[in-house]
Amino acid sequence: MDPKAFVAGMSALGAGMAMIGGLGPGIGEGYIAGQACSAIARQPESQANVTRTMILGIAMAESSAIYSLVIALLLIFANPLLNKV
Amino acid sequence: MVEVNGPKVYTYLFGNKALPITETMVNYWIVMVFILLLCLFLTSKMEKIPKAKQAVAEKIVMIVDGLVDQNMGKNCRQYSPFIVTLMFSSVFGSLASMFTLRSVTGDLNTTLGWALIVSGMIIYNKIKTNGFVGFLKGFTEPIWIMTPLNILSEVSTPVSMSFRHFGNIAGGLVISTLMLSALSALSSALNLPIPLFQLGIPGVTGLYFDLFSACIQAFIFSMLTMAYVGSAKE
Repeated sequence: MDPKAFVAGMSALGAGMAMIGGLGPGIGEGYIAGQACSAIARQPESQANVTRTMILGIAMAESSAIYSLVIALLLIFANPLLNKV
Repeated sequence: MVEVNGPKVYTYLFGNKALPITETMVNYWIVMVFILLLCLFLTSKMEKIPKAKQAVAEKIVMIVDGLVDQNMGKNCRQYSPFIVTLMFSSVFGSLASMFTLRSVTGDLNTTLGWALIVSGMIIYNKIKTNGFVGFLKGFTEPIWIMTPLNILSEVSTPVSMSFRHFGNIAGGLVISTLMLSALSALSSALNLPIPLFQLGIPGVTGLYFDLFSACIQAFIFSMLTMAYVGSAKE
């Protein structure tokens, strides 16, 4: 088997698997938005504050998904392992 | 075959391979000139009773001062020029993709540079408030066994800030490139006389991936800067 093709295929698999990391943040962000909704329903006058905090919290929660995205992009477009074969 | 490339290298400074002049640098200079011209335009011929453009400039200053007051505490107004600089270069650097330039923030070097400046600011403020010995002592809080973790968290601050911004913009770039090629493949597969699928759909998704995510990421980057620097001052 061509070792380069094997590494490339495995890297593609790894990139796909890395994106499983998007699962947790998805659940977490949905939970954040739901909690923000109930907070706004309870206190509509605090909407501006709650929305700003929610967006900040969502961005923080999203960073782990972004890390997996960066790793997936690295594996597909700038694979460092291909040069080692 | 779809190709998503990093920023192009135009030339090398002094012919030295270690000093490339990339697309990002050129675009960032264009963005900087644009921001400079915008500032000059908004603040030219200032009057006691503001007209339209002066009112816009005053509103921006008031919003940023309010944000700084709220997130960093009082007596931190000297940081608002830095915050608004970060915000504007991030917004216009990301929105450069709407004017057919490559996004400045779609390059890790840009965001990592900003994050390193912020990290230096955090360390400077920590040393200023606690003294150098107090700063070193802060690593052993709450017990000495936590020292490696504290050092790791100090290092991971710029890494997480820069990767968050870069990942969002670069992810949007890759997705819009892939989608454009998929739409063009669809149009040519159906033998349409005009490329119907590429007409409106990229505009709608670009609204999210370019406009929304650019503004949100600029806001988050500056909010995090304020939060980190503000907490370092305590």
